[in-house]
Amino acid sequence: MLGLILRRLGAAWITVVVVAVVVFIGVEVMPGDACTAMLGRDAARGDVLENCRDRMGLNRPPVERCVGWAGDLAQGDLGVSMKRDRPIAGIVAPRLRNTLILALAAALAGVPLAIGLGVMVALRRERPFDIIVSTVALVAMTMPEFVIAALLILIFAIWLGWSAGVVTAAYDAPALTLLFATPLPAVTLALVYIAHILRMVRSSVIDTAGADYILMARMKGVPERQIVRRHLLPNAILPTIPVIGLTLAWLLSGVVIVESAFNYPGIGRLAVNAVADRDLPLVQAITLIFGLIYVSMTLIADLLAMALNPRLRTRRL
Amino acid sequence: MTLLDVQDLTISRQGSDAEIVRAASLSLEPGETLGIAGESGCGKSTLLLALMGIVKPGLAVTGGHVQVMGQDLGSLAPEALRRLRGQSVAMVPQSAVMALTPTMRVGAQLAEALAVHDILPPEAIAARTTALFARVRLPEPDRIGARYPHELSGGQMQRVAIAMALACEPKLLLLDEPTTGLDVTTQAGILDLLGELRRETGMAMVCVSHDIGVLARLTARVAVMYAGRIVEDRSTADLLTRPAHPYARALMASVPRIENPGLPPSIPGSPPPPGLAGPGCAFAPRCSRAQAACERAPSLSPLPEGGRIACHAPVHGSLAPAAMPAPMAAKEAGAPVIAVRDLVVRYGRASLLSRLGGRSLPDPVVAGVSLTLAKGEILGLVGESGSGKSTILRAIAGLWSPSAGSITLDGTNLPARVTERERTALRRVQVVFQNPDSSLNPRHTVREILAQPLRLYFNASPTEVEARTRRLIADVRLGPAHLDRRPAQLSGGERQRVALARAFAAEPDVILCDEVTSALDVSVQATVLALIHDLCHARGTSCLFVAHDLAVVAALCDRVAVLHRGRIVEEGPARSVCSTPDHPYTRSLIEAVHRA
Repeated sequence: MLGLILRRLGAAWITVVVVAVVVFIGVEVMPGDACTAMLGRDAARGDVLENCRDRMGLNRPPVERCVGWAGDLAQGDLGVSMKRDRPIAGIVAPRLRNTLILALAAALAGVPLAIGLGVMVALRRERPFDIIVSTVALVAMTMPEFVIAALLILIFAIWLGWSAGVVTAAYDAPALTLLFATPLPAVTLALVYIAHILRMVRSSVIDTAGADYILMARMKGVPERQIVRRHLLPNAILPTIPVIGLTLAWLLSGVVIVESAFNYPGIGRLAVNAVADRDLPLVQAITLIFGLIYVSMTLIADLLAMALNPRLRTRRL
Repeated sequence: MTLLDVQDLTISRQGSDAEIVRAASLSLEPGETLGIAGESGCGKSTLLLALMGIVKPGLAVTGGHVQVMGQDLGSLAPEALRRLRGQSVAMVPQSAVMALTPTMRVGAQLAEALAVHDILPPEAIAARTTALFARVRLPEPDRIGARYPHELSGGQMQRVAIAMALACEPKLLLLDEPTTGLDVTTQAGILDLLGELRRETGMAMVCVSHDIGVLARLTARVAVMYAGRIVEDRSTADLLTRPAHPYARALMASVPRIENPGLPPSIPGSPPPPGLAGPGCAFAPRCSRAQAACERAPSLSPLPEGGRIACHAPVHGSLAPAAMPAPMAAKEAGAPVIAVRDLVVRYGRASLLSRLGGRSLPDPVVAGVSLTLAKGEILGLVGESGSGKSTILRAIAGLWSPSAGSITLDGTNLPARVTERERTALRRVQVVFQNPDSSLNPRHTVREILAQPLRLYFNASPTEVEARTRRLIADVRLGPAHLDRRPAQLSGGERQRVALARAFAAEPDVILCDEVTSALDVSVQATVLALIHDLCHARGTSCLFVAHDLAVVAALCDRVAVLHRGRIVEEGPARSVCSTPDHPYTRSLIEAVHRA
């Protein structure tokens, strides 16, 4: 068990390193560099360009720069934003917090709802409730986030006037202010992945319901509710945990669109702005953070699934 | 009061008139035992589940009734039915491995069986669980409850399942193939336990099994089912010695017996698919005694010598012992085709960590085995699961590299891996696997399956391929119509025959058979055994036949090697090994077969 955890942790670290290298190479092979981006096409020539490159150390060989960047990263130094001329850590931190508030709100409300609905639907398989919910889930899955965002703004902000259409809070607003600004973006984010998790839980519960041990419990005279609670659910939810982790990590790609649509001051919108500004060090740092979140989400889900599965938790005696 | 009364019970597929169980009638007094025998698809498990008021999804009771202690299960409220299950009628499932909830400790599962019926105060449950574990002879009964199912062996899981069934001291115990999938010696232990518990508690038992030997040990009476109907219902002793229904007679005769080696006779044809038997006697198309009257289904009527039978032309008199086949001519031990020398096989490699830690390699599964297979010889390799018999076969086939030892084909060394072997060597050694469901490509027709080796090894032209596939399908006694079917449209026995035809298409010198009959019914098994025997003899092909069932091996093989923990403990002509075993392990195997 301990060996297994260590191995998974090791693999996660290697993945992060690979991600960092790929991000570095990606920025490297793009035409131009930080200086040409910063100076603009007309000014970026001759001595000006050379001076800029000398100042930023861009004239050193790529391997040396990569190692240097990695060394800085290892010490928690993300570098300096060119456009904003400030340390990246200071720019990213508050916005990352905001995104986490949004993502947590979406996950905490959405995951239990998705699992609960999935189970309910599976137990009423092929009856009207199942058919309606499953169809709605399918529609929600196929709609892109920006369409859902536009629809929600139209309905709740413009027609009903229940909330503001866009978020006006600044990036450094108190957490509570931001939390009150999250409902529409969070619902937009949640709709898509709720549908994913719901459908997966539904099919897992249906599969498990056909298992011999469910029939056995019935033959023991166990009441149906207790069969569902003790025999069915633990076995049906277990295989979905890693996929739920993956879905949540994947939710990050939705963050980029949703934050832009609602003007939410998170890391997703920062990413879009950084790309628009050609602020390469910042893009590099944000991409790495996304990779890190992705890897840790899947790692947490795997370890959780391992901890809850007696077959992985205990050794054959 | 009659404990169990089943009248004209009919169970059909929903939305069609396919009847899985057809007008079954049975009754059982308290303390009586009844076996239900029959081959797969005959409706025996469906009937057994119905005795608890359970029908599988897609099926429905369309006629008759089941009464347990005077209560009609069909008209009981769900809550009353729930109270009955586990408390008055309990079930020992077919495979405890599948029937125990993987996420619950076995103690909790047993305690639940007690708790849901409120027969004990909650504080007494723990003590009762321990007592039940002790009663089914599980080791450390006070501690075993803390384990999860995957931490127990197959036999131990079966004991846990029996303990759950006994928890509320039911009046009627239902057993669905209680020992299938267990090793012979484990099987004997479970049967001993069940017999003992029955004597102690005096509960009634209904046991479903395809294995007449199991029923002979457990039950006083046996009902034989065929295509959804009960065709004969006799005392076990009568059924074993003088069955009256032609099907029951043929079924009994097709069981291989250690004391009577030689190939058992097989039943021609195959049973109708479940639910699709015609209105007449379903066995008539395969019956040598069929007559005009058999167009009408016979009713189950009393026999003068006791019991009931559904046949217009019952057979009287005792079952003649199968004609002893002419003793096989002792073959000259020719030059070996395959020679295995000092074979050692391990699964898993020592990881870097454990090697650094100075830990040793995992124990070998095959620990120094040498054997030879002469031309035209059929060599049986017997042993329990984990004895290494399939591993030896896989090493010869090149599917797993041995750690040490050599394998030669006609004196030349065979490379360890199948990918390193030359095409001729591959052609000359063919494998038939245990499960034809997964060894035949489901998307190919039988024609395509048989044509592939012909094209691969012989570069045969299309007309030649067609001629040879037709000959092959006839050789395995199937018709040309089967060539256009896909594996899913064939029965299990037919699929295994196609797998055999594919192996013989390569005109091999050696075929390796891995438990090829263990997934088949006895009557089908008899057909496949006869086929392997005839094909090998007609073509002079050698055969390594791996099986766990000593009786099956004795029926087919010229020579037998008995494996125990990766070593050959006894080897010799099939008859002498079975009649005068030298090694204590062989003796215990034979005893277990006799007791079972």
